[in-house]
Amino acid sequence: MYLVDKTSSRSITYGEAIYEATYQEMERDENVIVLGLGADDPKGLFGSTKDLHTFFGSHRSFDTPLSEDGMTGVAIGAALAGLRPIHVHQRMDFVLLCMNQLVNLAAKTSYMFAGKQSVPLVVRNVIGRSWGQGAQHSQAFHSFFMHVPGLKVVAPTTPYDAKGTLISSIRENNPVIFVEHRMLYEIKGIVPEEPFAVPLGKGRILAEGDDITIIGISHMVAEALRAAAHLKEVGITAEVIDPVTLYPMDIDLIASSVLKTGRLLVIDCGWLNCGASAEIITQVFEKLQEEKSFRAARMGFAETPCPTTKNLENIFYPSAKTIAMRAYKLINMKEDWIPVSEEAKEIVAFRGPF
Amino acid sequence: MEKTPDYQRFYEKLYLIRRVEEEIIRLYPSDKIKSPVHLSIGQEFISVGVCEALDPHDVAFGTYRGHALYLAKGGDINEMIAELYGKEAGCARGKGGSMHLIDNKVGMMGTSAIVSTSIPHAAGYALALKNQKSSSLVACFFGDGATEEGVFYETLNFAALKKLPVLFICENNQYAIYTHIKDRMANTDLCTRVKSFGLQTERIESGSILDVYKTAQNMVERIRQGEGPFFLEIDTYRLRDHVGPLEDWGLRKGSKEDALKWIDKDQVSVLGGLLDDFSKKRIEAAVEKKIEDAIQYAEVSHFPENEELYKHVFS
Ligand SMILES: Cc1ncc(C[n+]2csc(CCOP(=O)(O)OP(=O)(O)O)c2C)c(N)n1
Ligand SMILES: [Mg+2]
Repeated sequence: MYLVDKTSSRSITYGEAIYEATYQEMERDENVIVLGLGADDPKGLFGSTKDLHTFFGSHRSFDTPLSEDGMTGVAIGAALAGLRPIHVHQRMDFVLLCMNQLVNLAAKTSYMFAGKQSVPLVVRNVIGRSWGQGAQHSQAFHSFFMHVPGLKVVAPTTPYDAKGTLISSIRENNPVIFVEHRMLYEIKGIVPEEPFAVPLGKGRILAEGDDITIIGISHMVAEALRAAAHLKEVGITAEVIDPVTLYPMDIDLIASSVLKTGRLLVIDCGWLNCGASAEIITQVFEKLQEEKSFRAARMGFAETPCPTTKNLENIFYPSAKTIAMRAYKLINMKEDWIPVSEEAKEIVAFRGPF
Repeated sequence: MEKTPDYQRFYEKLYLIRRVEEEIIRLYPSDKIKSPVHLSIGQEFISVGVCEALDPHDVAFGTYRGHALYLAKGGDINEMIAELYGKEAGCARGKGGSMHLIDNKVGMMGTSAIVSTSIPHAAGYALALKNQKSSSLVACFFGDGATEEGVFYETLNFAALKKLPVLFICENNQYAIYTHIKDRMANTDLCTRVKSFGLQTERIESGSILDVYKTAQNMVERIRQGEGPFFLEIDTYRLRDHVGPLEDWGLRKGSKEDALKWIDKDQVSVLGGLLDDFSKKRIEAAVEKKIEDAIQYAEVSHFPENEELYKHVFS
């Protein structure tokens, strides 16, 4: 979908990129293990961990009992002893059961013991929307984790970044919260076959433009790119940036774009209040306030739990159309344009049940 | 005082639940139900057997696999199908879907899709009933997988400590998604484990609704006399995929052969066989009509207006 490495021509899906990164890291380092509900079942977490146990043994890729809190602690313990666990979750909603271990233990271990212990743990979280997942199977909690020093938070959008940042996350000596959107899983992109690391903390400009800076998070990057295409029809060029890593955030990249465009629109796939969008706009403001005044706006989940019925679900989430309209309004202070926009193809293509 | 089982009622409920879920399977490819569905086909006898032993004023907590319990507790079928269709006439106005059914008119509490989470709610509700000197009790349904969460044990301990009027019902279908219980527990003897917390327990392996009814009735009576809480483990088998309308024999360890003995003693057929032909046909015809009407009701109902999105965030 978006070409990042022009030297390679192999195209694979986001899900395959995650699988490949995991496979290659398990091959490289026998301390890398995968655990989590359904990790070794025939579906293997939407294919991302499929059959790893047959290649590396069931001591290195295994299912767990339904005991998220305890298993997070087990993963932390294993990390203390030198393993590099990847704890997988089919929905980020279930990771709320892991919060105590992640926030009070994993995030604090290095600091409380002055670096004498570290927790090289990756927590992989699939965030949702697929269809009718409702209030408890669709939430994205990246902002909760961004709040806590000691945790890194990554949310790649392209297959290229999915592979490269997962490899970096596995090699990282600190706990990493790795966020994957279900709607990205089937999206294809160019990904080199050999292992490569994309450094954490670096954002990416995916479309260049002069009139407005649009930041998307996770799946909202895909919607923002489509919004940028709509905006071209009315002569607006949007610079679309994917932060890729949410903590630490590449705020310099975003700020220098806003310095150029004078307008900032942040699209989160989460709620706005105390969320990633609030953080991004504040940090850009703090950076630029002496140099530049700019206009800003943000979009994200409606301020409600997620409903199941399709017509309400459609207005719960920002879309290419609503993003383009918001950008247009931010620039022209008018609402006299409605782009002709189709529902995102990955959303239309999704057939349940999960 | 033991009530004699009313075979006609049992059959009517079993048949209703089975046929509703068969209709869901039929409708699913049309995408009219845009929501994950966790079917209870093969497990209906548990909800029916237990709910028949309850009084209407008793309260039930269940899970995302909730169609059977909802209907067995007397939940409104029109509101259920409309909810699956995402219509405003649904029990949660289209905002909850299959995983979050509710009918508080009949004591059917809203169901949760996070495993194990309503188990402590059942205890809390029972605590309130006890404080309020109510004669009602709480029936709390969950799967074998739910017993792996810490909160299950925390709740057992508290419920036993406070002698709460709760009947915990574990529907042991041996699987959590595709993972067999033996791949999740070194010791699968749930009753012994639960007993050690101070609850009285029983396990029913027969797959018989009559056994479920009899045991549940006995436990319910004793709970009302202040002897609670109780734990009832009931062996069963899920005949469809964990989620969705299909079968999943290729996906789980174990095969269709394991299911055969469950298919053989399928309680819908067994109970049907206990009735005379005339009554059976009469019941079936009435149920078919009810289902047809419910589907029609859902079809003609409208989707919620956009403003509905913002309603009910707070009460
Ligand atoms: C806390 C939590 N972890 C994981 C899941 C995903 N999940 C949904 S159902 C299920 C299996 C539950 O098995 P069991 O309790 O035996 O109930 P059954 O589905 O067999 O009725 C899992 C792992 C979840 N919904 N909630
Ligand atoms: Mg089960």
